[in-house]
Amino acid sequence: MTSHLDGNMLAGTLGELFTVDVTTAIGRCASCGTSGAIAQAHVYPDAPGMVARCPACSEVVLRLVRGSDRAWLDLRGLTCLQLTIPGS
Amino acid sequence: MLEVPGWPGHRAGQHVDVRLTAEDGYSAQRSYSIASAPQGTALELTVQRLDDGEVSPYLTQTLGVGQPLELRGPVGGWFVWDADGTAPVLLVAGGSGLVPLMAMIRARAQAANRVPFRLIYSVRDPAAALYATELIERQRVGDGLGVTYLYTRTAPAGSPLPVGRISADVIASSGLPPADSPRVFVCGPTGFVETTAGLLVAAGHDPGAIKTERFGPSGGQS
Repeated sequence: MTSHLDGNMLAGTLGELFTVDVTTAIGRCASCGTSGAIAQAHVYPDAPGMVARCPACSEVVLRLVRGSDRAWLDLRGLTCLQLTIPGS
Repeated sequence: MLEVPGWPGHRAGQHVDVRLTAEDGYSAQRSYSIASAPQGTALELTVQRLDDGEVSPYLTQTLGVGQPLELRGPVGGWFVWDADGTAPVLLVAGGSGLVPLMAMIRARAQAANRVPFRLIYSVRDPAAALYATELIERQRVGDGLGVTYLYTRTAPAGSPLPVGRISADVIASSGLPPADSPRVFVCGPTGFVETTAGLLVAAGHDPGAIKTERFGPSGGQS
């Protein structure tokens, strides 16, 4: 596998789609059950789009493709996202 | 240095996405950490030029004073330190991974927060060290910031550590003990970050207290 970065780099693009910062959310991997911040997922940015993998088991947890006027977000690798809601 | 009209302020450790768009519509985007402490609408980025890069050569060689730039941010709420923090902090930087950690050091000084900060800075040689003069000055103030340089190729005479890579010995001798329950921020190239995080956990640091940010030449394109 080529070199990866991490979920911190997804913050800008995800921030276009969501009103909360999804990189601080805790996601549970659908494959191995490990929970962790999306910021700490391993992100392979050079695939067509950005592919985030579980740091524990390397399964894909999130895929994000940003086109010129739309985005595709695949979250089937996550069973749950725990989000902190600002101001509550 | 950028002047960003309407900048909402940022937290130390956050980054911005910079987008360049060519006349034919091709655009390339990269993330750059903010180096400055929050201060009005001014923003400082530190950009390492990659000769085969798509964005950094433009930012470092072509972009002139007064020219506009498209950026998005501040983004990233995970790898951040807020200046009202009360736990001791261990920072471990590899190369230009120092940039977001420098924002934390500056934010701490700006807030006159005296919580112990310890920085281990792994860098190729003295010429490659970022913010060297400023770090000397900030240590001289004596407000609880400690800096240890780890040179990976060439060390100056009198360097306390031998030339080498990050290791369990370096973390034990120059870090903060796990018993102090420090918050730990590690930023650098992917290999450096993963090695360091593994050493920290092996040394007994709480994995939940370790936050990491990897950087590399890659970035989003559209």
